[in-house]
Amino acid sequence: MRALWILMVTVLLSGCGYNDFQTNDEQVKADWAEVLNQYQRRFDLIPNLVNTVKGYAAQEKDVLIGVTEARAKVGSIQATPALINDAQAFAKFQAVQGELTSALNKLMMVTENYPQLKSDAIFRDLQAQLEGTENRITVARNRYIKSVQAYNVLARSFPTNLTAMMFSYQVKAVSKAPAVDFAAPKAAPAK
Amino acid sequence: MKTLWWRIFLLALLLCGTAQAEVDVPPLKQRVTDLTSTLNAAQTQALDARLAAFESGKGAQIVVLMLPTTQPEAIEQFGIRVADAWKLGRKGVDDGVLLLIAKDDRKLRIEVGYGLEGALNDATAKRIVAEIITPYFKRGEFYSGIDAGVTAIIKVVEGEELPAPMQPSTTRSSGSDMSSLQTLFAAGIFIFMLGNLILRQFLGRLPSGLVVAGLIGGVAWVLLASLVWAGLCALFVFVFSLLFGAGGGGGSSMSGYSGWGGGNAGGGWGSGSSGGGDFGGGGGGFGGGGASGDW
Repeated sequence: MRALWILMVTVLLSGCGYNDFQTNDEQVKADWAEVLNQYQRRFDLIPNLVNTVKGYAAQEKDVLIGVTEARAKVGSIQATPALINDAQAFAKFQAVQGELTSALNKLMMVTENYPQLKSDAIFRDLQAQLEGTENRITVARNRYIKSVQAYNVLARSFPTNLTAMMFSYQVKAVSKAPAVDFAAPKAAPAK
Repeated sequence: MKTLWWRIFLLALLLCGTAQAEVDVPPLKQRVTDLTSTLNAAQTQALDARLAAFESGKGAQIVVLMLPTTQPEAIEQFGIRVADAWKLGRKGVDDGVLLLIAKDDRKLRIEVGYGLEGALNDATAKRIVAEIITPYFKRGEFYSGIDAGVTAIIKVVEGEELPAPMQPSTTRSSGSDMSSLQTLFAAGIFIFMLGNLILRQFLGRLPSGLVVAGLIGGVAWVLLASLVWAGLCALFVFVFSLLFGAGGGGGSSMSGYSGWGGGNAGGGWGSGSSGGGDFGGGGGGFGGGGASGDW
């Protein structure tokens, strides 16, 4: 009889998904940390990139300033791991990072018009790093979205939603895919 | 006329089908997989042997995949899918490299595992793609291009200090990811529950339940720094301690323990890796590092 009770408690504790919440929550945190890590990598890369482009294409002031300003905006937001639990701050963070992405895209398009810049070894390395970092951001974000999805399904479906209610686990913010900017300037035709 | 419409319909159907389907990740059977029949058997074997020799000497796993197309996906998206599925490199060391060639797309990519991102960084990978491999590919010399690329990758990875192969790899502890506080707390509750069973022999059910609930509440207060939560925890424990053994007398508690122990041991941990002679990925992780190029 006692064995039965002990069994029931164990089943209750694991059956209500408490441990699943802990596992999924840690996964979400780890994946989010990786997203932040990659955004930080991009952030650190930009000053070098801007300086190198300036050396060959100083007349592209608007684009260069656009990147610098977008970077400053990103820097003004404190990217903490707690961001994932605050939907509003999260949306703002995503928007600012999205602006930086499109500013960088514009910059890379402009550089197509400067053959000398494109053959510069330092610029080519920086470009490869930027491409790699953008790809890492995409991968990290996709993994984050997947783990948030798993967490949210747990928090919403029965009976684990009761556990979520009891311990007040909230549904987490999903990182949306960046809005596609169709109005972005196309690369100028090659001369 | 009718047949014409019929043909258009069929064509539309065909296009529709091809546009939607993603390319499946092919199974990993050997180190060089060529789905385009560009390389002949001898070339494939020569490359495979080189990569196998390198892997047994250095531990890092380099694999080549050549396929017609990755459409509708970009080569980067497809590359990370393959890397995730194949899990190249050793678990915890993450020293896998995938050289991916989409022949009809005229695109290629070097996908680099976490552990090699330092040596084979994006800039180095890009140079290997753009300066070493693509000149050959432009002339249609695929084997020479892959061979030169593999040579360059091996040279770079050779310079990186990696754990020696064939030793038990230094895996990260990959158990449950509960934070230590919560683990401690859960363990505490269980210990107190068991303590309650013993205490009950001396005090009786109600007093022992109160004592244990009080202790748990105190611990919860210290750990969680919230009186409300501490109260809830105490109540929870109190109710459970009353429910515990509601049916039986005091004497037979030890039989309960043995039953518990037996039930727990049954699961066991499945060993993750195959370990057999068959070739496969070692469980390495990728994060999207590397470089792409076209020719």
